[in-house]
Amino acid sequence: MDAAALTSRFPATQDLAGKDMPTFRVAGADLLAAVAWLRDTQGFDLLADLCGLELQARPARFGVVIHLLSTTNKEYVRLHVDAADDRVPSVSSLHPGANWHEREAYDMFGIVFEGHPDPRRILMWDAYPYHPLRKDFPLAGIEVPFPAADVAEVTGQKVEPAPMMGGPFVSHGGKLSEGEPSALDQSWTEEKPKA
Amino acid sequence: MVKSDFGYNSKVEGEVIVTRADAVVNWVRSHSVWPMPMGLACCAIELMAAGGSRFDISRFGMEVMRFSPRQADCMIVAGTVTYKMAEVVRRIYDQMAEPKWVVAMGACASTGGMYRSYATLQGVDNIVPVDIYISGCPPRPEALLDGMMLLQEKIRQEGGSLRRTFRGRTIETKIVS
Repeated sequence: MDAAALTSRFPATQDLAGKDMPTFRVAGADLLAAVAWLRDTQGFDLLADLCGLELQARPARFGVVIHLLSTTNKEYVRLHVDAADDRVPSVSSLHPGANWHEREAYDMFGIVFEGHPDPRRILMWDAYPYHPLRKDFPLAGIEVPFPAADVAEVTGQKVEPAPMMGGPFVSHGGKLSEGEPSALDQSWTEEKPKA
Repeated sequence: MVKSDFGYNSKVEGEVIVTRADAVVNWVRSHSVWPMPMGLACCAIELMAAGGSRFDISRFGMEVMRFSPRQADCMIVAGTVTYKMAEVVRRIYDQMAEPKWVVAMGACASTGGMYRSYATLQGVDNIVPVDIYISGCPPRPEALLDGMMLLQEKIRQEGGSLRRTFRGRTIETKIVS
């Protein structure tokens, strides 16, 4: 892995001095060229992972982390990309394996991958209005209509919040010892009104 | 005196057994429950184990797992029902012919289990009427067989018409003989 070549070729790239593997912050505009260059000249031929992040303090609210593996040189590289205006270029054209990872990052965080061949949700149903892994989304969920209107009509079922507090896996302290395993108090995510 | 559905007396000529139509129908139904394996998570592995030779669900006439709801009598919901899948579970239930039964296998199908989150239906009984709940996470195959034997018991006690209620609505199936 030639770090100097990467930073000189793409001047906006910043070396983050990763402790476990070479880590760089790449500008969104350079992402496709950088991934293609790493794949074609540096041997990073396998996209090991692609995931979304919510980084509230950064210039951009969301980011994407890409792990690339070289199956010939047996080394990894990690790329950070900030999602300006919640948008990141899609690397599916270079690594087809990124397709479903990007759909998941879109589903969970609402990050839009520009140029994605099939930009649908992958885990939640198509009409779901929220992105559940955002930090302002309560773990318990928010009430929305049931995915199928005809089933909802017969059963009267809705998608209902299911708070941990009051559920079967939360201890309320009392006689249990400090060492007793219990679910953490998640009321901060369930009782605070949504911003 | 034990109340029996079947009357037999060796002194009556011609080897005659006297019974009620309901008893015969229920006997037949309870010994050929064809399950629809709604395997959604790890409970389905235990369901498969129950189908294997060690636990041998075919002792109860239930080995014919039908992946078509049109041919199944009993839906075994084995696993976590997400809201996205709940729609499919209900549609498959609707496609099964009456009489039909539903077994909620394991904690997730019964109550949502440990998945108290935005994505998980908190119990399959919210969308389909459940006859038998089996505890466990996942239940061992013996627990499934115990639940299925309870279901057989329930089928044997059903009257001439199958009357079930779901959310205040009465569903009735009549035996036509």
